[in-house]
Amino acid sequence: MQWETVIGLEVHVQLATRSKIFSGASTAFGAEPNTQACAVDLGLPGALPVLNEQAVAMAVQFGLAVHANIAEVSVFDRKNYFYPDLPKGYQTSQMHHPIVGPGDIEITLEDGSTKCIRIHHAHLEEDAGKSLHEDFHGMTGIDLNRAGTPLLEIVSEPDMRSAKEAAAYLKAIHSIVTYLGISDGNMAEGSMRCDVNVSVRPTGQEAFGTRAEIKNVNSFRFVERAIAFEVERQIELIEDGGSVIQETRLFDPDRDETRSMRTKEEANDYRYFPCPDLLPVVLDQAYLDHLRSQLPELPADKRERFQNELGLSAYDANVISASRDMAEFFEAVHNECGDAKQSANWVQGELSGALNRENLSIANSPISARQLGELISRVLDDTINGKAAKEVFQALWNGQGESADDIIDAKGLKQVTDTGAIEAMIDQVIADSPAQVAQYRDSEPEKRGKMIGYFVGQVMKASRGTANPQQVNGLLKEKLDALL
Amino acid sequence: MALEESHVRRAAHLARLAVSDDQASGFVEDLSRILDMVDQLQSLDTEGVKPLAHPLDATQRLRADEVTESNQRDTFQRCAPAVENGLYLVPRVVE
Repeated sequence: MQWETVIGLEVHVQLATRSKIFSGASTAFGAEPNTQACAVDLGLPGALPVLNEQAVAMAVQFGLAVHANIAEVSVFDRKNYFYPDLPKGYQTSQMHHPIVGPGDIEITLEDGSTKCIRIHHAHLEEDAGKSLHEDFHGMTGIDLNRAGTPLLEIVSEPDMRSAKEAAAYLKAIHSIVTYLGISDGNMAEGSMRCDVNVSVRPTGQEAFGTRAEIKNVNSFRFVERAIAFEVERQIELIEDGGSVIQETRLFDPDRDETRSMRTKEEANDYRYFPCPDLLPVVLDQAYLDHLRSQLPELPADKRERFQNELGLSAYDANVISASRDMAEFFEAVHNECGDAKQSANWVQGELSGALNRENLSIANSPISARQLGELISRVLDDTINGKAAKEVFQALWNGQGESADDIIDAKGLKQVTDTGAIEAMIDQVIADSPAQVAQYRDSEPEKRGKMIGYFVGQVMKASRGTANPQQVNGLLKEKLDALL
Repeated sequence: MALEESHVRRAAHLARLAVSDDQASGFVEDLSRILDMVDQLQSLDTEGVKPLAHPLDATQRLRADEVTESNQRDTFQRCAPAVENGLYLVPRVVE
């Protein structure tokens, strides 16, 4: 039987506010335990929450970026459960009237095709603290610094049909929140966490199968692997005559499998009700218009512009627009040299390669966009050839000069395009290589093309790499063929 | 709605309240009376009435995103039964 996979994602994005969603405690990462947990975060009696304006603004900006309806009135509810990292005994969240209503996100797949994934809603809530399960004399340690950190939970419709689509969706969310600057998007530090709902159904069937929810999948790669495992598990189960039960499962990246955490019968009954400590949040049109006017150009718009106006391929446009830092770097390089295709090649090729090798982000690139743009300009105006350009790049990377021109001068890399000078070098190489010349003359005409490489290499060496390779090729062929 | 003791037990469990057998039967009666009142409310025609999120006719004030709290860990931890290395210690939780 043919099976179809159905996936929905709940993505928790930590919002990059300075203070917490309901208190004035700091949200800075990495502080000493409990030094950033105030009376409100600890749920001390009498402490009252006051909503952070910036958290609201960030949620609205996300909503606008995914073409969603922003609720004129949204309401905070209490989600009740007991766990020591949640000292109040409830999480303040939004169940019935979330701030961001239905919207959609366009995802781009590896083959360059696009698909629209619907957003069911997105709501504001507070994060819980952290439990440290190392042994403290048989007890558990609790750090509440994270308690009260604002989260935006983005809930998709079950619109994804493969692990690849789910990963692409997660990347699209990551791209949007980092473009907006509403989250640092750092998955390793938990700034983006994801619950995955997976089910399978026979191809062609309309009704959804029973789904399992995989909790806390924290990287793009794990999302794909967790789904791949879970789909296989469910199909095998059904084909062996069993049935999937609705349950929560945990992904174990070390074993590459998902394990049952709790079934629906034991599922929590959260008893949501409106939080009496918080009033309804009312947003007026002027406020929304103001936030809309502050929106940056978003990844999808950039991608389209790179493709349509700058002539980049769908693939290049997608890769470069995925990160705002990379997109802006690329645009600065392009402004300097005027050649979009070359700019894209250098940013994705030489520059990305060097950054990856040294584990640097593009924001910390030792080569500035202006320097790279100038370097490309020198290739475009034939001042240097491609080989010399790589040498200049390396020298700029190592800080051996301020500009491409400085390095070209200092290293004498200026391309030799003077025909007379090149001919002189060719004559010298031919004179110095009687054996190779004889071989060339005696070989089959169709093999000569390959043999010419030796002479090109020698001439380039004699010019210390500065001869124009196209000219060398042409002139060499003429001169060698004249000897036949 | 007829309330049974099992409902009371479940509600008590969810709220982590210890309820003795005697108390449980008393709660069945008390809560049933409350539910009877709810039934009475249910009989009203609320067509076209917006659900009420809060009894006050006011909207949420927002605060500027500024850090206004300083570290008061030592003060807060004075009332905690067990602390170590700045952490609050609780009976082991394993899910």
